[in-house]
Amino acid sequence: MAGSTLEIKDLHVEIEGKEILKGVNLTINGGEFHAVMGPNGTGKSTLASAIMGHPKYEITGGSITLDGEDVLEMEVDERAQAGLFLAMQYPSEISGVTNSDFLRSSINARREEGDEINLMKFIKEMDANMDYLEMDKNMAQRYLNEGFSGGEKKRNEILQLMMLKPEIAILDEIDSGLDIDALKVVSKGINKMRSEAFGCLIITHYQRLLDYITPDKVHVMMQGRVVKSGGPELAQRLEAEGYDWIKQELGIEDETVEA
Amino acid sequence: MTVEIQQLPYDKEYVSQYSNKRNEPKWMGDLRLQALEQADSLPMPKPDKTKIDKWNFSRFTHDVAGETITALDELPTSIKSFLDEEKEAQNLVLQRNHTVAFASLSQTLQDQGVIFTDIFTAMSEHSELVQKYFMTDGVAPTENRLTALHAALMNGGIFLYVPKNVQIEEPIQSIFWQEDLEAGLMNHVLVVAEEGSSVTYVENYISHNQTEASVANIVTEVIAKDGANVSFGAVDNFAPGTTTYLNRRGVAYRDAKIEWALGQMNDGNTVSENITYLMGDNAYGDTKSVTVGRGEQKQNFTSNIIHYGKNSEGYILQHGVMKDKASSIFNGVGKIHNGATKSNAEQESRVLMLSSDARGDANPILLIEEDDVTAGHAASVGRVDPLQLFYLMSRGISKHEAERLVIHGFLAPVVKQLPIEAVKNQLKAVIERKVY
Repeated sequence: MAGSTLEIKDLHVEIEGKEILKGVNLTINGGEFHAVMGPNGTGKSTLASAIMGHPKYEITGGSITLDGEDVLEMEVDERAQAGLFLAMQYPSEISGVTNSDFLRSSINARREEGDEINLMKFIKEMDANMDYLEMDKNMAQRYLNEGFSGGEKKRNEILQLMMLKPEIAILDEIDSGLDIDALKVVSKGINKMRSEAFGCLIITHYQRLLDYITPDKVHVMMQGRVVKSGGPELAQRLEAEGYDWIKQELGIEDETVEA
Repeated sequence: MTVEIQQLPYDKEYVSQYSNKRNEPKWMGDLRLQALEQADSLPMPKPDKTKIDKWNFSRFTHDVAGETITALDELPTSIKSFLDEEKEAQNLVLQRNHTVAFASLSQTLQDQGVIFTDIFTAMSEHSELVQKYFMTDGVAPTENRLTALHAALMNGGIFLYVPKNVQIEEPIQSIFWQEDLEAGLMNHVLVVAEEGSSVTYVENYISHNQTEASVANIVTEVIAKDGANVSFGAVDNFAPGTTTYLNRRGVAYRDAKIEWALGQMNDGNTVSENITYLMGDNAYGDTKSVTVGRGEQKQNFTSNIIHYGKNSEGYILQHGVMKDKASSIFNGVGKIHNGATKSNAEQESRVLMLSSDARGDANPILLIEEDDVTAGHAASVGRVDPLQLFYLMSRGISKHEAERLVIHGFLAPVVKQLPIEAVKNQLKAVIERKVY
């Protein structure tokens, strides 16, 4: 079997008592790149965080499964070990823990005890990936995200993606705050992951990212639901015409929910 | 106002005899007796927000010999683990109870005029030099009852003297090992760095008294003359039975720099005060201190940098982890005196609470008499950030390991700065033991 399948069915999510997701359905198979687009405050980031198990979000209905396994029953670390990855919009800064030690701990967390990654192999791989992402080598020894610029943090998320090689990755606004050169580099890293065994959910506000990463499917989220799905051409139409035509088509009142 | 005074079983006669037994110069004997007399009328120290009147400062044994050794191999592993073993020439004083068990200083350093020896040998061989700095520029015996008792009853310590322009590359190390469970330690550490010299000194305090009562009343004085550079590292690890009163004081003259990296890992009640006086222009003081409180221990930490010199810089960082029912107060004080223009006082105190029964207070204080200065402070008391845990766990790291990483990271500023690999590892091990 090529890759894993992440299946989201009728997902309802609340934050502090307020319903943000009102029945999301989405299936991502290995080998597929999906883009979720939509205006601000429609629940895109909530979807990403809920899949990974962010402590602030409460699942009030529906299901998430990975190859049939109930993801919602898993702790956050178990979700990662099962093959999920979330590149975060605002990665935490962790003082005193070097980027490289953190990466190695993360890789080893997915391996059996006694089967830890060989240090030389790890360093070689990290160096190669950092080169690929045009990252300064001393970032390996800096504390995790501490004092990183916005762009450095995003590259660092992609470095982790490349090192951890998950089955399914969710990229939450990986393009926000990036200049065009950084955007190209980050996209290059994501495209390198493309394989039959790798599925990806790209959450973005702008079509711009999709100029560099061609999605197989594009979904539009509004008011806590996926309201329209299509191919790459959907993203292009959104870029050209905005979201109003969808609202009109579906008779959606212009109101948003807070993310 | 009445001050509760715990009577000590040591009188004038005992103190004179002790001074004679140690073959001390007359000035020291006189200083002891005078301090003993003053002790009666001086108040106890009053650490902010910590009541110490019920703490034991009187039950301990004052004079306990320790066995000397001829080679470091004879030491138990628990003590040997503080030494970088592969190193050939150790610059080391190992004090066992109140005896120097082992001492060595490289020939090169001896030839350069460096003095590194126990305080008693120093007083007999370099009497004038010690007298010049002993409780004169740093801590005065009359500051409070405990500093006076320290002077009267001093029963251990070292003297480190670095002559003008001598740069010592290798770290100098002391280990103060209270092997006897009831031995009290009135230790005096005196570091004098002459003009343009530089030295790195690291010390370890170790005791094992789980239930036996004892006292540590320690005074450390670091004098950095013009342009001198002193880097001072410590791992304090007194056992639960020891009540500790610790004064670490630095005096930095023009262009001098004093950096403290203090791993304050005692398990008993502790009052620890670290003050650096920036006397000269461009003087630089940096205090980094970390602690872990556990059990029911009560601790009070003060880090204080006092600016007199123009363009002087003072940096304070205090990080504490509190678990169980431990309680700690962290006072950070940056004081800029009138005339210390262009000075900068920065401080950061952070407390991480691992239990709802623990208590931690961070009190940042800036006292500024001068207009043309910069100053800043940050203080926080909180739990491990759930978003940090989420981030780490989202990469597959278990909750336990994620917490461990965050805590080690939180305490890393001092670990990172300790110059001796073995001591660094010991501090990591102590942190590991205290937190889990």
